[in-house]
Amino acid sequence: MKNLADHILDIVQNSLRADATLIEIIVEENKTDDFCKIHITDNGCGMSEEMVKQAANPFFTSRSTRKVGLGLSLLKQNAEVANGKFSLKSKLGVGTIVEATFQLSHMNKPPLGEIWDVLYLSMLGNQNVTLAYEHRTNKGNFRITSAEIHEGIGDVPMQNAEIREAITGLLKSNIKELQ
Amino acid sequence: MSKITSLADLKRLKDEVQSKIKLRENSDNPEQMVQVKVGMATCGIASGAREIMKYFVEELEQQAVDALVTQTGCMGYCYAEPTVEVILPRREPVVFGFVNKTKAQEIIDLYIKKGEMIDGIIPITFRTIDE
Repeated sequence: MKNLADHILDIVQNSLRADATLIEIIVEENKTDDFCKIHITDNGCGMSEEMVKQAANPFFTSRSTRKVGLGLSLLKQNAEVANGKFSLKSKLGVGTIVEATFQLSHMNKPPLGEIWDVLYLSMLGNQNVTLAYEHRTNKGNFRITSAEIHEGIGDVPMQNAEIREAITGLLKSNIKELQ
Repeated sequence: MSKITSLADLKRLKDEVQSKIKLRENSDNPEQMVQVKVGMATCGIASGAREIMKYFVEELEQQAVDALVTQTGCMGYCYAEPTVEVILPRREPVVFGFVNKTKAQEIIDLYIKKGEMIDGIIPITFRTIDE
């Protein structure tokens, strides 16, 4: 994974596979306390205690198509090499919380990447799922949900070129402004 | 239109766009539409599936193909990522492997628009007849 946006896309795919209908992503970049935190909560099917223990093991997966599961293990590794932490909490039938912190100024901290593209593509591919995104920095907060965007565009399709540019532009300018 | 920075701007743009476009008749029955599913598990993302999905969304829209581009999980062809599954109306699904932008363009131009079989279908030993 080259950047945090790819990691987020990856974790969101986990939530979708767990049949989540509500996924909340919070990215916090704090310059004063020098940390960057990714926090992803979903209301999917959740995992048993044994599964939570195994989840960050690269040789564990819930899939039957292959024998390795690298998503969470790569995120954990990337957080740890950037002087950060990784945590996973989950409850069967309730949902899952994934949290990864990085030292913001650490040279191993991956760049944020094109998070606006990730959000747009995730919303486009899963229009029946509510996605909430919040970006927090020392300058303030920006929060948006897919429900608000769908309300905004009405029955105009999301893939329409002008709408597509408007949505990614809206996300990008608001995030950039906070950085 | 000027830069979109708020939901109010987005709504204004929507009204502008809505008057220009004709609503797609098929959007309620996906069986009648071309479906493009991009493999978007860890293996796919690490191989650049995000760029490929974006490319399909942009190109299909530009070429006015009525298509539904979505994400799917790992199909077990991690060695061939990015993989793309294309379902043409009333046809069997076909999975393409090692899809880069050139391949994506070929899939759109030849398979999606003309229905011609092309190389790169998984299993990758598949070759079109003229080879």
